[in-house]
Amino acid sequence: MTSTETKTGDPTGERNPEAPVLEVEDLHVTFPGVNRAPDIRAVRGVSYRLNRGEVLGIVGESGSGKSVSSLAAMGLLPEYAKVSGSVRLKGKEILGLDDRRLAEIRGRTISMVFQDPLSALTPVYTVGDQIIEAVQIHNPQVGRAKARERAVRLLELVGIPNAAQRAGAFPHEFSGGMRQRVMIAMAMANDPDVIICDEPTTALDVTIQAQVLELLKTAQRETGAAIVMITHDLGVVAGFVDRVLVMYAGRPVETGTVDEVYHRPRMPYTMGLLGAVPRLDLAEHAPLVPIKGNPPSLAELPPGCPFAPRCPIALPQCLAAEPSLLRIGAQPGLAEIDAAPGAAGESGGPDTGEHRVACIRSGEIDTEQWTGADIYPLPEIPEGEATRIPREERPVVLEVQDLVKHHPLMKGAIFKRRVGTVYAVDGISFDIREHETLGLVGESGCGKSTTLMEILSLDKPARGKVVVLGRESGTLTGRERFDIRRDLQVVFQDPMSALDPRMPVFEIVAEPLRTHGRSRKEINRRVRELLDLVGLDASHAARYPAEFSGGQRQRIGIARALALEPRVLVLDEPVSALDVSIQAGVINLLEELQARLGLAYLFVAHDLSVVRHLADRVAVMYLGRIVEIGDVRSVYTEPAHPYTQALLSAIPIPDPEKERARAHVVLEGDLPSPANPPSGCRFRTRCQKFRALTGEDQRRCLTEEPALQPVSGGDHTAACHYAEKRAVV
Amino acid sequence: MFLVRRLANYVVLIFLATTFAYLLAATTLDPRANYAEMRPQPSEEQVDARLDELNLNDKTPLAERYAYWVGDIATGDFGLSVRGTSVNEEMARRVGVSLRLILFGTVIGATSGILVGAYGAVKQYRFFDRASTGAAFFVLSVPAVVIAISLQVIAVWINEATGVRIFQYAGEYTTGLDAGFWGRLGNRIQHAVLPTLALAIGQFAAFSRYQRNMMLDVLGSDFVRTAMAKGLTRRRAFFKHALRTALIPTVTYFTFVFGIMLAGTTFTEKIYGWNGMGSWVIDSIVTNDVNAVAAVSCFMAICVMAASFFSDILYAWLDPRVRVS
Repeated sequence: MTSTETKTGDPTGERNPEAPVLEVEDLHVTFPGVNRAPDIRAVRGVSYRLNRGEVLGIVGESGSGKSVSSLAAMGLLPEYAKVSGSVRLKGKEILGLDDRRLAEIRGRTISMVFQDPLSALTPVYTVGDQIIEAVQIHNPQVGRAKARERAVRLLELVGIPNAAQRAGAFPHEFSGGMRQRVMIAMAMANDPDVIICDEPTTALDVTIQAQVLELLKTAQRETGAAIVMITHDLGVVAGFVDRVLVMYAGRPVETGTVDEVYHRPRMPYTMGLLGAVPRLDLAEHAPLVPIKGNPPSLAELPPGCPFAPRCPIALPQCLAAEPSLLRIGAQPGLAEIDAAPGAAGESGGPDTGEHRVACIRSGEIDTEQWTGADIYPLPEIPEGEATRIPREERPVVLEVQDLVKHHPLMKGAIFKRRVGTVYAVDGISFDIREHETLGLVGESGCGKSTTLMEILSLDKPARGKVVVLGRESGTLTGRERFDIRRDLQVVFQDPMSALDPRMPVFEIVAEPLRTHGRSRKEINRRVRELLDLVGLDASHAARYPAEFSGGQRQRIGIARALALEPRVLVLDEPVSALDVSIQAGVINLLEELQARLGLAYLFVAHDLSVVRHLADRVAVMYLGRIVEIGDVRSVYTEPAHPYTQALLSAIPIPDPEKERARAHVVLEGDLPSPANPPSGCRFRTRCQKFRALTGEDQRRCLTEEPALQPVSGGDHTAACHYAEKRAVV
Repeated sequence: MFLVRRLANYVVLIFLATTFAYLLAATTLDPRANYAEMRPQPSEEQVDARLDELNLNDKTPLAERYAYWVGDIATGDFGLSVRGTSVNEEMARRVGVSLRLILFGTVIGATSGILVGAYGAVKQYRFFDRASTGAAFFVLSVPAVVIAISLQVIAVWINEATGVRIFQYAGEYTTGLDAGFWGRLGNRIQHAVLPTLALAIGQFAAFSRYQRNMMLDVLGSDFVRTAMAKGLTRRRAFFKHALRTALIPTVTYFTFVFGIMLAGTTFTEKIYGWNGMGSWVIDSIVTNDVNAVAAVSCFMAICVMAASFFSDILYAWLDPRVRVS
């Protein structure tokens, strides 16, 4: 059992209908260090109160302690974790209960939906059995047939088609979104009072995310449960929750209603976080506001406010003691802190429901009405020379024409026979000109990464052609290929695995230079120059990748890609693995590099907000085809293809007012298998427009595959028979 | 269908393994040498005639002998031993002895290994885990022969200390014992404890290490946490969700360990004086008995294939993901 020390619960809270369903007070979680390593204080005083039917969002970056605090409340942490404080569920203290007593509560009164639906279900039992287990464990008197009935009904409720039959299927036979539905069904099985959702949509595509969020709202209506929504995505929270708790370094730093926190943030960290998110709904091209530095290590926290080292308005008094979470204006004055340094530091007592901030300057921020833009110095990004030259006059650096990549689908162990074809990329065309960024977007499985790999391989494609800097792939000699690679470089998604962990940074960046036969002296000079260019300290060149944070590693990856002064840079989801505050810095760096070095980018991403911010043109892919392509402004403000409209509409905007007012187009179902694409228009099976058409008009979608056709002036084209411009953001 | 195809594969493999064993034995063993020491010395013609009768004459080309042997095999006949007795009859007597040993050794060793390994993983770095890890490594680093003999020594010591012959360590049963069915069964068990244990200990060591690692991989997984979030206690989640999943890779491992154990059987049978297949293969090599060696090899191959088949079935039963393909 988890070792605990418990404060006595409030005895008056019991059987009071007005009492909050879940009260967490001064929760601390510490992971003891092994082998004389310092203890990791993952959660340091979290308090919140959740009323019946209320939705609380807990927002924070990785390592802020947001998930750990909920796992601690449910007794799901490993046994060696030390937990203290108080967690009261319907007035009853549950922290410190033994495993058997906790197990009775888990899944019945409080249940949980986890992040990764692919690994959260036991692979060897059918989903039906797993839901039946959830029902029967709390109601052993319910017979198996009854429990099965209930399981099927739950599966129907969460929108699994053919539920009675699908209950007998195993988790691997479901897609990610479907598995998350099963998880939600399981969480709803015993009509809990509280559902904790730990990043329930992070691992899903945006269209699926929209479905799951819809479903969670349904689940809340059905069960009347209160929901704790843990996420790093400020957009998801904006439209979904009533109140927000922002966490940083294991502590709440700001809490209040969603409107208070989003529209009147009073903690510099929250302000920075909101400024760092690329916005889908803002057209003007202002640079993002990165928060400098990295979150502190939870093992060795500096004294004072943990955010002070990254805060642009930190004062010496900020380092005196950690500020408490207090009402705005209730913070001690600077003089008081000077008089009694170290006096503060309490976590701020129980949740009062008010807007409270842990910053000694919050009063000042409030009276001065400062916004993020006032506090954070706006990075200056030079305007590129070439952007003034019209697009048509700039040379084409990368041209893709009717590119096709089909994978054969094989069966049999010894005698392989072809049983089908995966149409991964099925005839796409685009071009990229100098100084230009093309964003390639789409859900996972749409073929965007395959396109990228085909371009990088420099092999002859199965059909169509790829022309890199005037040279056609597949016609090159070995020597020519080697030369072309100098001009065509790539940055990968995962900065953790894209760098050799056993090579110091200097070697990583020097490797391409060495391969291309540069002199030792030149290499030394160039590596230092590159590290400086991407904003890293050149004196750190002897360190290994493990000593750098995610954002810094991605910068190393960029430095390596830039080593040979390429003209085209292919970026495969370069920021999707990074936290928001870090992501902004890397995006700004990419913009700056483009302006300074005149690079052309092919930017593959699933995050449409990032693409809007960074790209000049955007191509939307669906099942191996480009369904819409054009310049960013035109595609985002007037999308013409129903799929683009659905994609854009599915992305939550980090603005509670706007987000609540938006009507989302929620697509049905999952992406069809690329081995068996629908006839005619590939999107018709999920198309909201198709459903609204008359039978006569539908026939065209069923039989005829639409080609890209111009929808307005310029080069904005969409592949839909009934394309119609419609603003959705 | 999948399993039927597997079975056909196995038959081919068993035949190939046996063939290689026969060819190897036929080229390296020299049955003629058995007659060299004989008094009175038989004439060369007599020896040739006898060897021809046994299909062991090295003057006949190997291909011819092999063809004759294969012809016999096709009818299920493994030929004659050097003494002229039927290999089949001898085998029939011995197979049961070995199978009993292998079956009990495997079942006891694998089950206890899996349970101890899984429990060790749950109690990682606690006393139980450290003790079982230490024991397993000790056993793994000691050859099977040494373990068998050490067990014998310990048994003698216990027998002497208690003054009762609790453990028997020679032969399968006491000959000429007249004690009714239960008495004979008890006597057989007394004899069987030590050799079975000698075999099981090695299995236990290998399985407990492997299962511990597999279990550790699974214990931290999300689905175990999900099971607990549903309302299962920690222990129940571990044994219902984690152990079941962690068993899957162990089943494949079973086949590999089984081969090693068969080698262990030969020593064990020899040391404890059991007339099984293992001790027979040693005896036949000493007496240049080509047909017997081939027969024992065939038996071993069948055992390995049976183990492999068994683990395939278990795998399909445990892991729904392979059933589809």
